[in-house]
Amino acid sequence: MSAVRSVLAPLRRSALAGRRTFTSSSSRRSESLFVHRDTDYNNPSERDCREPTDPVQIPFEFDAENLKRANEIISRYPPQYKKAAVMPVLDLGQRQNKGWTSISVMNAVAKLLEMPPMRVYEVASFYTMYNREPVAPNFLQLCTTSPCQLGGCGSTKILETIENHLGIHAGQSTKDGKFTLIEVECLGACSNAPMMQVGDEYYEDLTPETTIKILNALAKGEKPQPGPQSGRKTSENSAGLTTLTSKPYGPGEFCLPEFQ
Amino acid sequence: MLRQLAARSLARRSGAAPSGSRLLHSTRPVMADVTLTVDGKEVTVPQGTALIQACEAAGATVPRFCYHDRLAIAGNCRMCLVEVERSPKPVASCAMPAMPGSKVFTNTPLVHKAREGVMEFLLANHPLDCPICDQGGECDLQDQSMRYGSDRTRFHEITGKRAVENKDLGPIVKTSMNRCIQCTRCVRFANDVAGVEDLGTSGRGNDLQIGMYIEKTMDSEMSGNIIDLCPVGALTSKPYAFQARPWELKKTESVDVLDAVGSNIRIDSRGVQVMRIQPKINDEINEEWINDKTRYAYDGLRYQRLTTPLVREGDKFVPATWEHALETIRIGYQNSGAQGDEVKAVAGHLADTESLIALKDLVNRLGSENLTLDQPSGDAPPVTGVDVRSNYLFNTGIENIEDADAVLLIGTNPRHEAAIINARFRKSFLQRGAEFALIGEKFDSIFAYDHLGTSAKDVADFLGGKGKGSGKGEFAKVWKEAKKPMIIVGSAVTEGKDGAAVLKAVSQHVLKNEGKFLTSEWNGFSILQRAASRAAAYDIGFTPSPSSASVKPKFVYLLNADEIEPSSIPEDAFVVYQGHHGDLGAQFADVCLPGAAYTEKASTWVNTEGRAQDGRVAVPPPGVSRDDWKIVRALSEVIGNPLPYDNVHQLRDRMWDVSPTLVRYDNLEVPSFEIQKVGLNLLSSLSASTPSSTAFKKPIEDFYRTDPISRASVTMAACSKAFTKKEYTFSDEESGDKQASFA
Ligand code: SF4
Ligand code: FES
Ligand code: FES
Repeated sequence: MSAVRSVLAPLRRSALAGRRTFTSSSSRRSESLFVHRDTDYNNPSERDCREPTDPVQIPFEFDAENLKRANEIISRYPPQYKKAAVMPVLDLGQRQNKGWTSISVMNAVAKLLEMPPMRVYEVASFYTMYNREPVAPNFLQLCTTSPCQLGGCGSTKILETIENHLGIHAGQSTKDGKFTLIEVECLGACSNAPMMQVGDEYYEDLTPETTIKILNALAKGEKPQPGPQSGRKTSENSAGLTTLTSKPYGPGEFCLPEFQ
Repeated sequence: MLRQLAARSLARRSGAAPSGSRLLHSTRPVMADVTLTVDGKEVTVPQGTALIQACEAAGATVPRFCYHDRLAIAGNCRMCLVEVERSPKPVASCAMPAMPGSKVFTNTPLVHKAREGVMEFLLANHPLDCPICDQGGECDLQDQSMRYGSDRTRFHEITGKRAVENKDLGPIVKTSMNRCIQCTRCVRFANDVAGVEDLGTSGRGNDLQIGMYIEKTMDSEMSGNIIDLCPVGALTSKPYAFQARPWELKKTESVDVLDAVGSNIRIDSRGVQVMRIQPKINDEINEEWINDKTRYAYDGLRYQRLTTPLVREGDKFVPATWEHALETIRIGYQNSGAQGDEVKAVAGHLADTESLIALKDLVNRLGSENLTLDQPSGDAPPVTGVDVRSNYLFNTGIENIEDADAVLLIGTNPRHEAAIINARFRKSFLQRGAEFALIGEKFDSIFAYDHLGTSAKDVADFLGGKGKGSGKGEFAKVWKEAKKPMIIVGSAVTEGKDGAAVLKAVSQHVLKNEGKFLTSEWNGFSILQRAASRAAAYDIGFTPSPSSASVKPKFVYLLNADEIEPSSIPEDAFVVYQGHHGDLGAQFADVCLPGAAYTEKASTWVNTEGRAQDGRVAVPPPGVSRDDWKIVRALSEVIGNPLPYDNVHQLRDRMWDVSPTLVRYDNLEVPSFEIQKVGLNLLSSLSASTPSSTAFKKPIEDFYRTDPISRASVTMAACSKAFTKKEYTFSDEESGDKQASFA
């Protein structure tokens, strides 16, 4: 018996060695879609043919005030380069459309600037600050780039705090529709790390406690005081000023009399 | 200058204009020369030449993906890196102008290393599916990775390779976007040449993808060209998917006959089948493009063919031998008792020059002058006359239209009648700032035009300085100031009832402004033909005598005539149809004779410019069908009036006798200035009725179905459904029914 086994053993081994192992890599899909899909909250108002099952149209048009502003922006560029205004005008559209740029917003911009719609789609899908999916009124953009990750208590902690407090993950919105949270790259306020942007305001020097306070205030519809939450002014030394403590001298001081 | 131009174009954007504002990125090259050294070899190139071309001129090949000499420069693939002396980094040679005195090296370790690096990045996200990829064998990435690729990867992305969803661009272009290397050639072609401004890039960085962002077809009659342009297998051909590998194909250079442009093509065949049709470069005609009908109507060559002679017995066709069929014709001819002009020949759109000559000679020998063309009012002598060539040809020359600064289109839709010429119009619209105006039925154009009217009356009014678009109208001003104005009269106009009136008004206008229209280097008066056989038919005088229209024919010979008006064939006449498809013409026939299609015969084609070109045999004609002129020759023998040529050389001698231009291949013979003037004087003294205000009609309603070949083609039927009728059903990615994920 053992003789048989010892004969078979190398056979078995060689059979194993001859077996090829296939490895396949999983596909890496991008985080957000770079194509448009008609949904019941986002679909163009104009279409050649429309099926009865198609979702309802969500049109968009600039209101009178924004149109005026848009025209003012357009007037800053030479008339033949009207399309240069695409970014600010898209932003106007995004603001009017509750903070996100729907396909109809893009189409409206294309029409206003007389450019092929695809040129607008290209811009809107290139820049991450055009939200192509709806966002809640309190749009939390937490910076998680290295300086914010390292500075203060670190953005990882803040992220955890927000996620636990709101019960959502980055990239999601709360059920009550009040908050959307996303992670973003450096917003240029590294000296006050960690920080997040809510709407147009920066909240800096965050700690878990101040973060929750801000969230609670926002949930109640209040607007907490933006800026550093640690009480310091802008990015001054938090331990008090060590330099430039004296009164800065004004123009003309210490100059020859004729220049005073 | 450019600013002015753009401002003008902006101000003039009329309702019919496409959304495209002009691109202002290319200027006319300045022609001074610079000298530089490439790999130790001195070359002199015109100033403004890209370095990559200078290298090419010096005989050094530079690998490339994004650069294409007929498209704008993008400089985004970085494959074309070369070393330039005193430059700290390798230089992208396509995006760098050749500088005088610079020393360039294309074959140094630095260059190799740089290119290998680029290749490694390109391959990092490229699927390894060459065995099932249709581009295999003609893939730039495959070829260049042989030289610059590494045999193993250093990337082990745990998250996997980039995955991009496929786009559905319609019945022609098949996409496999994982393979895309973002060279943007397709985007540049679509925007700059084809005028489809919906194709672009969305997203950014690693996630950049090519597409339309929204679900849309690529609605262009030039879309097939992006398949050729794509350096990898991201865009491949749907009709040709998995049909053949390039190395299996026999390549035959020939001419396209589905419009009158005479695009140069390469017919790729395997055995007796045409597998695909590709463009052949000819700068004077089609550059490097062909339209989708030229490219994809070939599957029509497989269906509905006449492969054997057919003789009508009662109400059905019975296959017959050639002897029997020709004998039946002889008897039919004798019994019909046709005398003189009662013998009528009708030449269709796809009749080649050889058979036209043979048929004309035969009919003339039978004592008839009744040679008509398969077109509206084809049984009357053409208003243009056939005595002066410049009266019915595209005199300006296809290549030269780019120089025109103001173009007046009369009753023509170049997009459908001559898509290749139309693409040149877009080029001059974008790059040279040419202005366009149309009198005729509006069409969906890829350049902006002013619509000045619809009828012959509007033509006379505009040229006479009255009516819309004149006086304060913008185009009138442009027209007056134009240095190289151009008038294009559509073939449908000359066939219509107002033909004479229009030609009269136009020729008078041209003669009045002779200094601008007819100079030593410019001829601004052109007729745009739409059928491949027409120019040749006029050249050899395949036209009826004035009296013959009133004769009721007893014996009718239809040569490829498939647009025929049924009422023009008397019930009791004996009808012979010769052609390659069982299309409309065959239905009236008593005897059908199977001819060869353009891919199956060596024949001469004269394009709308009057340029004779040589069509070559790619595959044998199916069944017992024969070369068309041989059929006519054989018939002449049976009828007892043999034609005096037994082989194609003798026949071409005869063609030389009729008109030497017919056999001076590839040559554009421009008639002299004096002759053109004689021609115009003839036109201006035409006896014409007063121009009516009946609107001109587009002769082509459905671009994809204009002749027996394209009507028999399945691909063209799908295109017609998708683009003409706009009834395309997008394949659903999720259900995955149309394209398997690996395909
Ligand atoms: S699809 Fe082809 S031609 Fe278009 S960008 Fe990708 S690789 Fe280039
Ligand atoms: S890293 Fe967070 S703002 Fe710069
Ligand atoms: S060919 Fe030069 S960068 Fe692509």
